Amino acid sequence: MPDTIPGSLRAYLHGLPGVDEVGVGRRAGDLATRSVKTTAKRHAIDLAISMVDLTTLEGADTPGKVRALAAKAMRPDPADPAAPPVAALCVYPDLVAVAAQALAGSGVGLASVATGFPSGRTSLEVKLADTAAAVAAGATEIDMVIDRGAFLAGDYRKVFDEITAVKERCGPAHLKVILETGELVTYDNVRRASWLALHAGADFIKTSTGKVAPAATLPVTLVMLEAVRDYRAATGRQAGVKPAGGIRTTKDAIRYLVLVKEIAGDDWLDPAWFRLGASTLLNDLLMQRTKLATGHYGGPDYYTID
Amino acid sequence: MADIPSRLAVRRTYKLYIGGAFPRSESGRSYPVTSPAEDHLANAALASRKDVRDAVVAARKAFPGWSGRTAYNRGQILYRIAEMMEGRRAQFAAEVAAAEGVGEDRAQALVSAAVDRWVYYAGWADKIGQVLGGANPVSGPYFNLSEPDPTGVVGVLAPTGSSLLGLVSVLAPVITSGNTAVLVASERLPLPAVTLAEALATSDLPAGVANILTGRLAELAPPLAGHADVNALDLAGSGSLAGELEALAATTLKRVLRPAGDDWDDPDPGLSRIRPFLEVKTVWHPIGR
Amino acid sequence: MEIFEYAPAPESRSIVSIRPSYNLFIDGEFVEAESDERIVTVNPADEEPLAEVAAAGDADVARAFAAARRAFERVWSPLPGAERGKYLFRIARIIQERARELAVLESLDNGKPIKETRDVDLPLVAAHFFYYAGWADKLAHAGHGSTRPLGVAAQVIPWNFPLLMLAWKVAPALATGNTVVLKPAETTPLTALAFAEICQEAGLPPGVVNIVTGAGATGRAVVAHPDADKVAFTGSTEVGRQIARAVAGTRKRLTLELGGKGANIVYDDAAIDQAVEGIVTGIFFNQGHVCCAGSRLLVQESIADELLSRLRARIERLRLGDPLDKNTDIGAVNSAAQLARIRELAAAGESEGATGWSPACSLPERGYWFPPTVFTGVTQAHRIAREEIFGPVLSVLTFRTPEEAVSKANNTPYGLSAGVWTEKGSLMLWTASRLRAGVVWSNTFNVFDPASPFGGYKESGYGREGGRHGLEAYLG
Repeated sequence: MPDTIPGSLRAYLHGLPGVDEVGVGRRAGDLATRSVKTTAKRHAIDLAISMVDLTTLEGADTPGKVRALAAKAMRPDPADPAAPPVAALCVYPDLVAVAAQALAGSGVGLASVATGFPSGRTSLEVKLADTAAAVAAGATEIDMVIDRGAFLAGDYRKVFDEITAVKERCGPAHLKVILETGELVTYDNVRRASWLALHAGADFIKTSTGKVAPAATLPVTLVMLEAVRDYRAATGRQAGVKPAGGIRTTKDAIRYLVLVKEIAGDDWLDPAWFRLGASTLLNDLLMQRTKLATGHYGGPDYYTID
Repeated sequence: MADIPSRLAVRRTYKLYIGGAFPRSESGRSYPVTSPAEDHLANAALASRKDVRDAVVAARKAFPGWSGRTAYNRGQILYRIAEMMEGRRAQFAAEVAAAEGVGEDRAQALVSAAVDRWVYYAGWADKIGQVLGGANPVSGPYFNLSEPDPTGVVGVLAPTGSSLLGLVSVLAPVITSGNTAVLVASERLPLPAVTLAEALATSDLPAGVANILTGRLAELAPPLAGHADVNALDLAGSGSLAGELEALAATTLKRVLRPAGDDWDDPDPGLSRIRPFLEVKTVWHPIGR
Repeated sequence: MEIFEYAPAPESRSIVSIRPSYNLFIDGEFVEAESDERIVTVNPADEEPLAEVAAAGDADVARAFAAARRAFERVWSPLPGAERGKYLFRIARIIQERARELAVLESLDNGKPIKETRDVDLPLVAAHFFYYAGWADKLAHAGHGSTRPLGVAAQVIPWNFPLLMLAWKVAPALATGNTVVLKPAETTPLTALAFAEICQEAGLPPGVVNIVTGAGATGRAVVAHPDADKVAFTGSTEVGRQIARAVAGTRKRLTLELGGKGANIVYDDAAIDQAVEGIVTGIFFNQGHVCCAGSRLLVQESIADELLSRLRARIERLRLGDPLDKNTDIGAVNSAAQLARIRELAAAGESEGATGWSPACSLPERGYWFPPTVFTGVTQAHRIAREEIFGPVLSVLTFRTPEEAVSKANNTPYGLSAGVWTEKGSLMLWTASRLRAGVVWSNTFNVFDPASPFGGYKESGYGREGGRHGLEAYLG
């Protein structure tokens, strides 16, 4: 549902309020001191598990690896059926079919990166074909990358049109738009790219591919949460946020939940509106979960390595 | 018949200097000024409390413009005052000699020192910021700069015994940094102050930057010290009134420079009379992208 | 799934042991006061008594000055600067080691949230001693002419940042070779007494720091003592005036850090989310018990509605409650008297026609509490736009042009702090240069640093604390 932006995209995006880097850092730093303990922590861990997009995006990925990860996505802790399943499995397009088969009927989403992930340096035709193939193979969510080169060159129209084209090709699949904030560098750029993607129809805006450092950070996620909050206030349409890359510990994950709660609000505290793109985070969440339940620290050997 | 001069001399009238004009006292009063030998020199205007008020209004009005000028420009104007004084050297020397009862050589030396004092403080104008300000290395991503800022309207009680050099030595440091001044001249030796006012009026100094009153210290100083729109006081010539005036100044928390046995012959008083009439403003700004 | 909420996360108070009763700290020892008057200090969050302290009388104050004079003449001023500095470094280290304990003690006695004592007050206290420690042997390079100490400094500090204000007073005084008689605030004496223990632990020579607790009468005795060479006061403008009068005509040097009514100017091109944060920090930091608080919001009319709606949404997220809970943003008002004053001024705001707003938030039953409050429809004539409230109450005014913003900002007898929010550098500098305030925070607010001079214009006092400039008040 791309809505229209009056006048030139440049005038619109550059008319958004600026973002002061130090101020954002101060706010994010302050929120990072929130203390989440006992019952709140137990609740936060389960919520975080349910928001994980369990991800494998390696050149060495195989059908076997994907099937193993799918099993973990559906039942993260074999020893505890009460541990919730994750939100989605996230894979490369050519492994979507394998994943779809493995996840069939589970309710766990299937996300595929697309559009020439991670650099996006290919033609629009290839990007659209990439998207269409993933959707056809069973992807319920598409994680596309924007053309950062076009964005940085000021060709906002190209970025916008690409998103709308991919969105159209997604059909029923949800579209997550990866901004690759590590390449946009400034928060002003992140805010502009967020609004650009939202207006172009993104269901989610996502920080990073995980292939560029820095990936997700608290301040960048804060700026993106402000964007979806303000976008809903302006248009009535709610969109989600997905930080991805570099989120490894329960402490990290809880800090993101605190941001969601205090910046966007409780309406976003739901896997439908907030995801954590991660590969190793899940085991730490499970370990902390067991610790809270039993009072004892676990070890890595008690959790599956997939 | 022989006692009648062929031409009657035109005497000067010594008036006040307020807002760039030379009014007589609002009260219409004057008082006789004599030499140390009790010879009558002239009548000086006897300023009133109302004149104090008018002078403060003039000084306040002049403050934004004067403090807003570049320091370089203020320095230029102070130097111009030195030039104007040099051109009236003979008149100043004669008045100082008459007022203070000193010989011609000493009078000339005092005028020279007074001229040089303007030059000295002209040179300070654009150095103060660098000497008293600077960047502060704070522990965080902030640019942090302190800079001196003139405090506003300064009431100056000129030294009682040094009619010209002392007068210049207290006025120049106040205005070089951008303050405006209401100065009460020495009650006993007011005439060089009025002549200085005439030099100021012809020197590009904007109206109201320096206002000069003559009259009774005991009448003029208390309303000046108590005036809420005066930001600071130089009590150099306050004599026995110092404590009382400082207590009056406390009502609006004026900055006060106490009298301290000053040596007006010191050619390099440094920042000692500049700093007391400055605020330090510190500005923070984040450093980020 | 239920909504994720924070569970209580109280900092343990067992780290602090508070004695039932404290004596005066004079000449390196805790000594009984000659005066029998005692003061009870309570926890403002629950009104429970914490401890009883002595109210020093004239004789006690005289004893403290005698000790300070002896220490000045025999030990402290003859000591090489480098050695003085090492004592201060040592004190800074002990403060860091005991930071958690001191933070809890400060929150208990003052009512401010542990988040602030832990993350703001205590780090700044230690940093202030570190900063001035390094100056002790470099005074010749400070650019103040004299490197000689004045003698004995009489110092009276307020209750809003008890230990931090002590550090601001004691560190530069000691670094320059002066000795100190310090009176902490009546309602917050405990961290100053803990500091006395730290002086003992550091081996500071007896008499260099003397701490006399008490109320207004003790403060007057300290300030009026004839053997004081220097008076330094932080507190209300009214008391500052009385002190300035008392000191008039004496040889005592005086610095005053008094009240404020800081304007926080938000232009229409501001980074709006950070401006909202800055407004919140500006007025709700430390329950608004901050002399440099941004208590007047001046917002450009063209963005007033949007800014205020964001501000209200942000204020609704503030968490008010137990000061020892790590997630508390707003703690207790320090005393019943201060609460009464805040209430009185807030009521005046309503009766003069301004519109007050507070978020839905339940206040604890016991203790002294006031909700964050925003008044709109305020004009320059309202009391809440002119008088220092010293509480979590923001007055909102609008402006149309930069000239109007600056003239409204300066239209006050105070001149301590101001804020300016704009993304346009030249406008920021234009505004900052015209604001008659000692501290101008542009695109930030309420940040402090020992290297940064702090102090006011006009009736906010005179002299600067912090930085190279802060040494001047103690040299002569």
